[in-house]
Amino acid sequence: MAKKLIHVTVNGQSHEVAVEPRLLLIHFLREQLNLTGAHIGCETSHCGACTVDLDGQSVKSCTHLAVQCDGSSITTVEGLAQNGVLHAVQEGFYQEHGLQCGFCTPGMLVRAQRLLQENPNPTEDEIRQGMSGNLCRCTGYQNIVKAVQYAAKKLSQAAAAAA
Amino acid sequence: MTPDMTPPDMTRDLDGRSLPHESARLHVMGAAHYTDDIPEIQGTLYAAMGVSSQAHAVIEAMNLEAVKSFPGVVAVLTAQDIAGENNHGSILHDDPILAKDLVQFIGQPIFAVIATSTDSARKAARLGDIKYQNLPPVLSPHDAHAQKSYVVPPMRLRRGDVAEKLAAAPHKLSGTFSVGGQEQFYLEGQISYALPRENQSLHVYCSTQHPTEMQMLIAHMLGWPQHRVTVEVRRMGGGFGGKETQSAQFACIAALAAHHTGRPVKLRLDRDDDMMITGKRHCFYYDYSVGFDETGLIQALKLEMILRAGYSADLSGPVATRAICHVDNAYYLSDVDLAAFCAKTNTQSNTAFRGFGGPQGAMAIEYIIDDIARHLGIDPLDVRHRNFYGKNAGAKNAGQGRDTTPYGQTVTDNIIHDLVERLQQSSDYRRRRVLINDYNKNSKFLRKGIALTPCKFGISFNVVHLNQAGALVHVYGDGTVLVNHGGTEMGQGLHTKICQIVAAELGITPDRVRVTATVTDKVPNTSATAASTGADLNGKAAQDAAAQIRGRLLPVAAAMLGCAESEVVFANNRVQGGGKSIGFNDLVAKAYMARVQLWSDGFYATPGLHWDAASMTGKPFFYFCYGAAVSEVTVDTLTGEWRLDRVDILHDVGRSLNPAIDRGQIEGAFIQGLGWLTTEQLVWNDKGRLMTHAPSTYKIPASHDCPPVFNVALYEADNAADTIGRSKAVGEPPILLSFSVFFAIRDALAGLAAGKGSSPPLNAPASCEEIFRVANGFKAV
Ligand code: FES
Ligand code: FES
Repeated sequence: MAKKLIHVTVNGQSHEVAVEPRLLLIHFLREQLNLTGAHIGCETSHCGACTVDLDGQSVKSCTHLAVQCDGSSITTVEGLAQNGVLHAVQEGFYQEHGLQCGFCTPGMLVRAQRLLQENPNPTEDEIRQGMSGNLCRCTGYQNIVKAVQYAAKKLSQAAAAAA
Repeated sequence: MTPDMTPPDMTRDLDGRSLPHESARLHVMGAAHYTDDIPEIQGTLYAAMGVSSQAHAVIEAMNLEAVKSFPGVVAVLTAQDIAGENNHGSILHDDPILAKDLVQFIGQPIFAVIATSTDSARKAARLGDIKYQNLPPVLSPHDAHAQKSYVVPPMRLRRGDVAEKLAAAPHKLSGTFSVGGQEQFYLEGQISYALPRENQSLHVYCSTQHPTEMQMLIAHMLGWPQHRVTVEVRRMGGGFGGKETQSAQFACIAALAAHHTGRPVKLRLDRDDDMMITGKRHCFYYDYSVGFDETGLIQALKLEMILRAGYSADLSGPVATRAICHVDNAYYLSDVDLAAFCAKTNTQSNTAFRGFGGPQGAMAIEYIIDDIARHLGIDPLDVRHRNFYGKNAGAKNAGQGRDTTPYGQTVTDNIIHDLVERLQQSSDYRRRRVLINDYNKNSKFLRKGIALTPCKFGISFNVVHLNQAGALVHVYGDGTVLVNHGGTEMGQGLHTKICQIVAAELGITPDRVRVTATVTDKVPNTSATAASTGADLNGKAAQDAAAQIRGRLLPVAAAMLGCAESEVVFANNRVQGGGKSIGFNDLVAKAYMARVQLWSDGFYATPGLHWDAASMTGKPFFYFCYGAAVSEVTVDTLTGEWRLDRVDILHDVGRSLNPAIDRGQIEGAFIQGLGWLTTEQLVWNDKGRLMTHAPSTYKIPASHDCPPVFNVALYEADNAADTIGRSKAVGEPPILLSFSVFFAIRDALAGLAAGKGSSPPLNAPASCEEIFRVANGFKAV
């Protein structure tokens, strides 16, 4: 099938690429842009390992077509840190031991940063509900919740300082 | 690293600092490479497998023309293409890499497709035209047992006179129950990437807990000597036992394909294929008779366990052995007759999964004790107390009774009394028990339940010779250190602990120590990273290597400092003595000039172990880990829905090498066990097809399934055995803590208020359907 030209901005960098119409976003990111942070866990939108941020929404990139992203802006885990400074959610997962094997971590981080924009001061229960589309087989989620709480606190302190 | 991320003072590492995971920064940056993230070599091909659609059949004919002619397909390989041994079975050689004439379960790989893309390979793999002549499948372990069809001979452990004691016991109970199997669901699926290298050799990147076995099996398959194959793994995205033997088939197929095509070949399993092909935790069926007195003291136990082994032996024999060795859990059982049958079924070949039969063995006695308590109308915790191993067990009281396991090992490190007492206090168990009983009296549909269950878990491989490990430590000219050892990193934090151990031995900070990928051309002949022994074995080996280097540095340091060797102290990246201090780097530079060997191997073999497989007696374990948990639940008897309200855990990890890592292991194991015993259900249809082969139908716990109150504490005490830093293993034992959830649900369904004799016939997993069935008095289906 004829390739289709798409324009996407990924982690602030714009790309103009010809892609197969059936190319999945996860493969576009991993194979064409060499962004291997988002992982393939289930390929059926259940595990969340492939989560990326698409125009302000968390999406499972394993069940999204690259052509659907034409004109969109995408953030992957590789785009969270700015100028070498970790994003608050990255710092949270680092400090609070929010990872073991780390395979779920990129998806968790991308989801967490979006959750904290949707709801800057979530309760523990809201964090658990808000992160429930991302599976982790290792941690039992305790430290993941703590990591998100750490990031929420840090972000709200930063917001207060800026206000 | 931003200022916020600078790890705190890292100098007193073996005091058990909660250092972040050694790859944590890479993980949060998305820069930690798993096998699928390794930049691909040009010309890489991709593999997929054509699998059996029948549970038990002879392959009469195979037409693979449509597969071969599918666009992008480069090669199609079958059993005929295997020059050496067509086997990936680790103990018995009964696991074909590609089935030849006989298929034994739905999902069994028959041929491999190699193509220019994963997509092509997977699509082509579905086009095989295979003619089967069906044979009758055996789908239930009970049917296999009735036919005496086993993958390994039955095992039996007997002590005392069970028949006589049972006859004489004031009370007697018999019953049957079952626990389900469990899919490992490592988040990173099985994957191997094989690269042809010069002079007839292969380098295979493989997500595996057992690189040496992968190397061996690939070599045997190709008819090669072992030294032509190198297997490497930097990290896995979870293992849980599912990558101990189960990675082999895919490592072999990728290697075979690379060998045949002369090009790099990657085989990454689709999740559904992964679940359809690979083995899982064994489900167990129990049949017991127990004799006891009016206080609940057990006088005799006869127990038969039937395991679903699947179509081949794999690790079922050792799993059954470990199950038998954990039927006692924390209890002294004087007279026992324990049998295990590894039933051969036409389903996936079941395998290792965190606990390795231990949890299934221990579950049996907990269920039986629960039955005893309900029969007598007393709190199950009191019956547990009554049966614990002797309080003053230890050298002094050895042989005086109540301290010898059914398999003849004396329990010399028993701390279960104190541990349970502390947890009972901190969790307020007794008061909550009363409150719950009151609640249940006044609640029509919602019922609460609570349970406190203990855990005792033996550490070491049951097979003595596996308890060995090697390590290599290099100190480079600039004073930085590189460690390589035989253990693999699957998220459990092994490499972090090894960094801490080597750093402590050399008196330097862990940031100067780097652990590299596990690879068979550095440390050979390694055991699987399994049985929770990773840090125990490899930690000691790494310490041995580092200690040898320090020993060689010592005279150089003494000369530089002008003091006696005994005065030299290695600490804080410096070496001190005689009132002087030099930098570790300066010492290393000087030692190099003096032609001192700055690298060393290290080795460790766990002392004192022995095991007689025929009588099932010996000393299989170096020591025991202990723990206990209290869970409280609310069950809706109208729907079978339930909620985990609160969990309190106190768990023994000896003197922790890294409390944050150990707590993470405990929490993770508990939630994994919670899934096993409640929501994770494997269902095969009447043709033998696994119907739960994806997360859409197989439910592992998510973040909102966890309890709102989850108190986890470490029991602080040195390991009595001489382990690395007096720590204890932590990977598997805490799986047993999740029993408390199951028994809390059972408690809610019974309620002590219901009086004597009410033992709900609840099986695991206690899914909502199962709870509903029991709550509404339906018969088992
Ligand atoms: S890989 Fe996309 S949700 Fe699992
Ligand atoms: S850390 Fe392993 S899956 Fe989450």
